[in-house]
Amino acid sequence: MTKKAFVLGLFDDFGMAAITIAALRESSIPGFKMQDVTLKSPIDHPECAAELGPRPVYIQIFSLMGAVLGSSLGFLGISSAQANFLRQPRGGFPIVPIPPNMVITYELFILTAVFFTITACLIVWKIHSVKTSLYDTQISVDKIGILVKAEPAALVRIREIFTKHDALEILESD
Amino acid sequence: MTESFPSFDDTEVGIERRFIPKAKDIDEDIAWAQINGDVLRSMERPRPLYWVIFISSLGLFLFGVYCEIYQYNTGLGVADLRNPQVWGLYIATFIFWIGMSHSGTLLSAILHIMHADWRKPIYRFAEAMTTFSLMTAGLFVLVHLGRVWQFYYVVAYPNERWAWPNFSSPLVWDATAIGSYLTTSVIFLYFGMIPDLAICRDNATGYRRTFYRALSVGWKGTDRQWSNFRVTYLTIGCLLIPLAVSVHSIVATDFAVSQQPGWHTTSFPPYFVAGALYSGCAAIITLFVILRYTFRFEKYMTIPILEKLCKLTFAISMVWTYLNLIEYASVWYGTDPYAKQALIFRATGTYAWFWWAMNFLGSVLPFTLAVKRLRINIPIMLVVSLLLNVGMWIERFMIVTPTLAHGYYPWTWTDGWWPNWVQVGIVLGSFGWFNMLFMLFCKIFPSVSMYEVKEMVYHRRQPHKARKAVPAET
Repeated sequence: MTKKAFVLGLFDDFGMAAITIAALRESSIPGFKMQDVTLKSPIDHPECAAELGPRPVYIQIFSLMGAVLGSSLGFLGISSAQANFLRQPRGGFPIVPIPPNMVITYELFILTAVFFTITACLIVWKIHSVKTSLYDTQISVDKIGILVKAEPAALVRIREIFTKHDALEILESD
Repeated sequence: MTESFPSFDDTEVGIERRFIPKAKDIDEDIAWAQINGDVLRSMERPRPLYWVIFISSLGLFLFGVYCEIYQYNTGLGVADLRNPQVWGLYIATFIFWIGMSHSGTLLSAILHIMHADWRKPIYRFAEAMTTFSLMTAGLFVLVHLGRVWQFYYVVAYPNERWAWPNFSSPLVWDATAIGSYLTTSVIFLYFGMIPDLAICRDNATGYRRTFYRALSVGWKGTDRQWSNFRVTYLTIGCLLIPLAVSVHSIVATDFAVSQQPGWHTTSFPPYFVAGALYSGCAAIITLFVILRYTFRFEKYMTIPILEKLCKLTFAISMVWTYLNLIEYASVWYGTDPYAKQALIFRATGTYAWFWWAMNFLGSVLPFTLAVKRLRINIPIMLVVSLLLNVGMWIERFMIVTPTLAHGYYPWTWTDGWWPNWVQVGIVLGSFGWFNMLFMLFCKIFPSVSMYEVKEMVYHRRQPHKARKAVPAET
């Protein structure tokens, strides 16, 4: 299998970046897939990123899992611990006081959901991180970058597309 | 394929923008590179006032530490805490700091969900304020304990010594709620800062670069990072709102579930939440003015944004006033003579001056926020916002001290009780602690969200172009 290389084109505005991505998609260059195209930008631009094709986000599923787990553990955990104290009954008090436990369940419901949400996000970032040192600090200022991972043979045509669409700078790395 | 959008100029918003002159929240022509430069420069070279505030805060903090050490070594007696005045200023100030923490949630989470983009240049420091207020509030839980080393008794945990917390007590709920809120607030503050930390990483050298690189967790601004970031941020924001409401409701429940005349009121939880939002917004105005000058943020913390903030504070102050009147009316027309007596005592007894000051500062003074000429005057707004917070602190004092001074039993009445210097020192120390942490934060982390301001500028500069950029013609 050929080792893939990286090419990064820098653009001045989102409009041109979107047009370039569309051109890449329709170019049918051998040795290159749209999944290997990454948009890098200083701000979130969902409309431009939509040109890359569907890239669903599943974070909320993990939030839901966290919420369910947190509320279950919150209520059942505390209630079972309270039930263990049957040896220490106090007259007139319920063994498992439902309303107070609901308050703690509510707090744990939210806290665990938050933990799951952020953990899921960090894991997703790690999974999708592109293993390349090709990065330009101008991206964190005001430039839009299109990073493409492709077989070396395809790089020439990708560079041509970048040049045709007024890329300000084109960087390459192995 | 070209998707057709209606021309922006033909829409109602477009027509309004062309014909109704309106002050801009921010200069739309500001370059993105300048935004980075201004914010990064603020972290390097603040005005001398920064050091004046920092050093005076450090001084207050050290005085507070001295008082606390003295109290710890000698006992709570030196703070003149005795029955029935067992809480003194500590719990009043605890409620004050918990209240301050609500502003960050309001500006970040609630206004974020409502797409109010004017919040973007100012929400970061409001979030920081939330975090540091909660940390300060948490200290008072420890300070007011006689045996500080057994603080973990309030946490809901089972142990073999059968020191089982009373789950029916709102004090246990407090520990859980405040712990959850503090954790979530720290996560929310940090997570929202990641793209800005990457900017700091790209511009830093040496150990600072290592520091920011570690905190920016590999952020490169990729489309997948942005999309997951947005969803995560929104989700945490949505989870934070009910948490914030629950925290102050629970603090209110600490009082409302008791039989003490003056506290046993159903409207306490919403009253506390409204008061929290109110004092938080007033504090944001204060910090807005200070940061604007100290860090040269005149381009970002603009007068139109200050105006919006003032309008929001005014609206919340009226909600607070309404709930306050509801509380007075329900006690006055109610059938509980003890509660009515407690209300009369507040208005006419030893602490009457405070009661009238609270009502004036909390309900009358906010009308200055409704006057445009005053609203756009920064020095006046600084003074007004400080006075509003003085009023809100007095409100908390009025909840705790006069109520405990005038309970059911005449032999427990302590009409002439006033907090002594140890209590005052620890309270002043808490303000020093908060200011010190806040100022340190602004020096180490970007106190204006660079990426959000860029978004704000971008979408305002070219609303129709931004939409049309999507359908690419090939």
